[in-house]
Amino acid sequence: MKRIPLAAWIGLFIIALNLIAFLFGPWLARFGEEELVGAPFDVPSPEHWLGLDQNGRDMLSRLLVGARMSIGVSLAASLLSFSIGIPLGFIAAIFGGWIDTVLSRIVDTVMCVPVLISALVVLQALGSSLPVLIITIALLDATRVFRLARVVAQGINVMEYAETARLRGEGLGWMIFREILPNALPPLIAEFGLRFCFTFLFVAGLSFLGLGIQPPYADWGGMVKDNQQGILYGLYAPLYPAAAIALLTIGVNLVVDWLLADRTTVQGEGR
Amino acid sequence: MALLILKRLALGVFTLWLVSVLVFGGTQLLPGDVASAILGQNATPASLAALRQHLGLDQPALARYLSWLAGFSHGDLGMSLATRQPVADLLWPRFWNTMALAAYTAVVGVPLAIGLGILTAVRRGGMFDRAVNVAALAMVALPEYFLGLLLILIVSVQYGWLPSLADTYPGMGLGAWLQATTLPMLTLLLVTVAQIMRMTRTAVLSVMDQAYVETAYLKGLKTGRVVLRHAVPNAAAPIVNVVAFNIAYLITGVVLVEAVFNYNGLGRFMVDAVSKRDLPMVQAAAMVFGAAYVILNMTADVAAIALNPRLRYPR
Amino acid sequence: MTNDIRFPTVSRRGLLAAAAGLGASALTPGLIGRAFAQAVDKPKRGGVLKLGIGGGSTTDILDPRMLTDWVPVNQAFMLMNGLVEIDQNNKAIPELFESWEAFPGAAEWVFNVRQGVVFHNGKTLTVEDVIYSINLHRGKTTSAARAIAEQITDVEKASDKQVRIKLKSGNADLPYILSDYHFLVVPDGFTDWVRPIGTGAFKFESYEPGVRSRFVRNENYWKPNCGNVDAVEVIVINDIAARTNALMSGQVHAINRVDFKTVDLLKRNRNLQVVQSAGGQHFTFLMDCTQGPFTDNNVRLAIKYAIDRKQMLQTALQGYGRLGNDHPIPQSNPFYNDTLPQRAFDPEKAKFYLKKAGLDSLKVELSASDAAFAGAVDAAAIFRTTAAKSGIDVVIKREASDGYWDNVWMKAPFSMGYWGGRPTADQMLSIAYASDSAQNDTHWKNEQFDKILREARAILDPAKRKEMYATLQQMISDEGGAMIPMFGDYLDAVSVKLKGVTPHPMFNLMGARMAERVWLEG
Repeated sequence: MKRIPLAAWIGLFIIALNLIAFLFGPWLARFGEEELVGAPFDVPSPEHWLGLDQNGRDMLSRLLVGARMSIGVSLAASLLSFSIGIPLGFIAAIFGGWIDTVLSRIVDTVMCVPVLISALVVLQALGSSLPVLIITIALLDATRVFRLARVVAQGINVMEYAETARLRGEGLGWMIFREILPNALPPLIAEFGLRFCFTFLFVAGLSFLGLGIQPPYADWGGMVKDNQQGILYGLYAPLYPAAAIALLTIGVNLVVDWLLADRTTVQGEGR
Repeated sequence: MALLILKRLALGVFTLWLVSVLVFGGTQLLPGDVASAILGQNATPASLAALRQHLGLDQPALARYLSWLAGFSHGDLGMSLATRQPVADLLWPRFWNTMALAAYTAVVGVPLAIGLGILTAVRRGGMFDRAVNVAALAMVALPEYFLGLLLILIVSVQYGWLPSLADTYPGMGLGAWLQATTLPMLTLLLVTVAQIMRMTRTAVLSVMDQAYVETAYLKGLKTGRVVLRHAVPNAAAPIVNVVAFNIAYLITGVVLVEAVFNYNGLGRFMVDAVSKRDLPMVQAAAMVFGAAYVILNMTADVAAIALNPRLRYPR
Repeated sequence: MTNDIRFPTVSRRGLLAAAAGLGASALTPGLIGRAFAQAVDKPKRGGVLKLGIGGGSTTDILDPRMLTDWVPVNQAFMLMNGLVEIDQNNKAIPELFESWEAFPGAAEWVFNVRQGVVFHNGKTLTVEDVIYSINLHRGKTTSAARAIAEQITDVEKASDKQVRIKLKSGNADLPYILSDYHFLVVPDGFTDWVRPIGTGAFKFESYEPGVRSRFVRNENYWKPNCGNVDAVEVIVINDIAARTNALMSGQVHAINRVDFKTVDLLKRNRNLQVVQSAGGQHFTFLMDCTQGPFTDNNVRLAIKYAIDRKQMLQTALQGYGRLGNDHPIPQSNPFYNDTLPQRAFDPEKAKFYLKKAGLDSLKVELSASDAAFAGAVDAAAIFRTTAAKSGIDVVIKREASDGYWDNVWMKAPFSMGYWGGRPTADQMLSIAYASDSAQNDTHWKNEQFDKILREARAILDPAKRKEMYATLQQMISDEGGAMIPMFGDYLDAVSVKLKGVTPHPMFNLMGARMAERVWLEG
């Protein structure tokens, strides 16, 4: 076990905090996520440490309760997108030929349409329920994961050690799990760290179009959006959920950086 | 190489066709149609029927798609269903708006991001590196419209340096245009610079660990020379890739920033068209976005192959 | 602030006093903040007026038949005139119809067309132009006003100066009906909707749908003291935050639809003032009387008692509105039933009516969308919280904004909606509560109601009418399918440089006619 640097400790601490909120948020919150306790945008008080939101609900309580919904949706969507994108990407890279062509065409076609538009169409056609939301985000994200996995695997596939393994006559399972996956892991983990956080933003973007997580449930991205107007009047309300997202992003990525400190490899794409 | 590009172009056209099918099919699944969108609360069965017939919506979907495709293949984008005006007249001004803002951001942002990336790579582990890194992560983690609002609060409402509306119109001077679009540019800059910078840093670092860079150092070359002559060229492929994707994002993905600054780009145009179910408008915007994506993607791929000898000759 | 300020019981007179600048008590809505005296100032000419308006899209068109959203309605009123105008006291006053007269029974009317009015292309306004413009909305047409024009059976030339209009049955309110914003006047045979020609205070210069427009002053405008600014530019700003920013940073002189949630904060800004107009705009929770549990009036009453209206008004509108009493007639209407007691939040009564319906508890799904009105989903969440105290579990089903009016409204058993104000009680009751109306959005049918409504329409004695309309309001309140918790005021915000601004009961921005009225100073 190598020594854990300070930055990584900070990251681990942030993740631990979020984990606690994720697991115990509803019990830690003093007020309900739907409970109206005062005037909209009321300032912080001993009773309400972070003040009230745009409907007069306790901000801190909503942050705590919202942790489960926000982190849950992002985590579920990212895990799902990686478990779809990575196998397909590897398969396209290893087999090449028509499988690669067909998969790449499908992915390119989906990626040609701006994600918000795709999500808009799907969520409007099917209705914005939680499972539909998670699957939609996962599928749209999977296209990006697929491209990354494919490019990385292609790079590894032409390396000497992969060639050697192929010449030895190793099967598909061996190629994927023994040759490609271990070597492709660093960029994929790095991507996971960012993509997990982008999902928060994506959900927030969807709520901008009225399609994100549905009220009265709290989610951080939606809370930023719902309270954003307050910022123009010097209110801190929208800063808290935004800070929660930013903090978690930084925490996750500090840990990812530490995990990958000695294995810098690259890839990655835009939002 | 030329053959490769030609092949990719053909594939790109094919992809665009797939996009048009996908978009058409997708919008058919949506609840409501252009007639109900126009009439809103005034929609009575009689007025709906009259408007649908007037707009040709009583034709079967396939026939409408084919007539659109026939027009499109001749360069005719058709007429907007809601306004009965040529789509091209409505589309192109917004297209140029989108491209101008993307170009403005890229011109400022890409050199800045790559510079920062190289600098942080060289000073790996130092205070500068850490500070820039955490700042970049924070930028990546904030919703772009929120960044935009913060900038508006500080730059326009508090100090009145720049306008909060990116209000552009035909015939405005360059100075006025720059003044109007600098705030949205800065917002997009914060989002994209963070990503490109992080990728550049990682790419350069991964090359710096290679043996030939060590050799260069051992030859007694200065750090600057080693980095610029040896490390950066070899790290170029992933950097080109991330730059291409960020430019694609600047063209296709900035609808929320457009909304915050009330900028009339293609993103809002398309969301508007989708919500009005104005299919020729949706298709035209989808084709532009698709083409932008295909071209940038192709550029990135070709660059990656050109820069990586191993990929140049696949099995 | 005391509670009284948040829940003012304004008389119509109070509203007028504020509007006319005769002095304002804290109880009256109107211009908030500085400056009531300016209403009597003399207009100044010059300057370019910039309006930041929300409610427009790239698919807008200035065809009077297709007007549905705020931006094109405002723009259309700059270029064109209507036949009849609603003034700030909610009265029908002449516009291009100079005067009118009803034959006994009010089924036949004669309107005198204003003389000497000139279109932007130099043509003089004639009876033919008026007839053509009305007929745009009649018969086989795509007009959104088709339904309200259906009662017109004949529009004919009575003389060179007069138009005769015949109706299916008597209607004492015909001038009010003709004040609808779709009835705009263009030259006979006109079809070039890309560049409309009208008789309005401003002439077409440039127009980009959903983006911006610039119209210049019509030097021959006929209305006195109107058309003061050299040009008017509309910048379409749909995002509420962007709209507010534009006003605060001085890029526009006025914005419409100010956010209720932050209006108190906005008022602190010394460079602008908020214009509050009390009108007929109200927000509805619609129970379909033919579906599910709502066929039983006891369930409907339970819902009506399970809402904490004060909380709703306070939280959703920040108090910028009035309590609703489950009928659609606002206090500003002369026929408002002021003897009907205000329905209060009473969980015990709600439970009582549930029990009467044979239920211990109730679980209902409420279809909500911000398409119904801005903040509808928040309002649904507030209703859910208060209804829980009566043992009613309201499950919020958030619907997509797009297609809401087509797919959800009038189809879901429990949904949300709104009605903009109608100038007359008859119009409001006919459109949403008459059995045969295509927009009867609660599917509530009552023969007695229909009968009284028909009779009241043709009666010319105001006292008798008031009595009849009071009965109708009570019927809707006690039996109807709409739970109407509140009326929302129209909120605009304007720069202090903008003068001549008054509240208006019809719509935002002085009944969408702000551009021709106001002037710039400083």
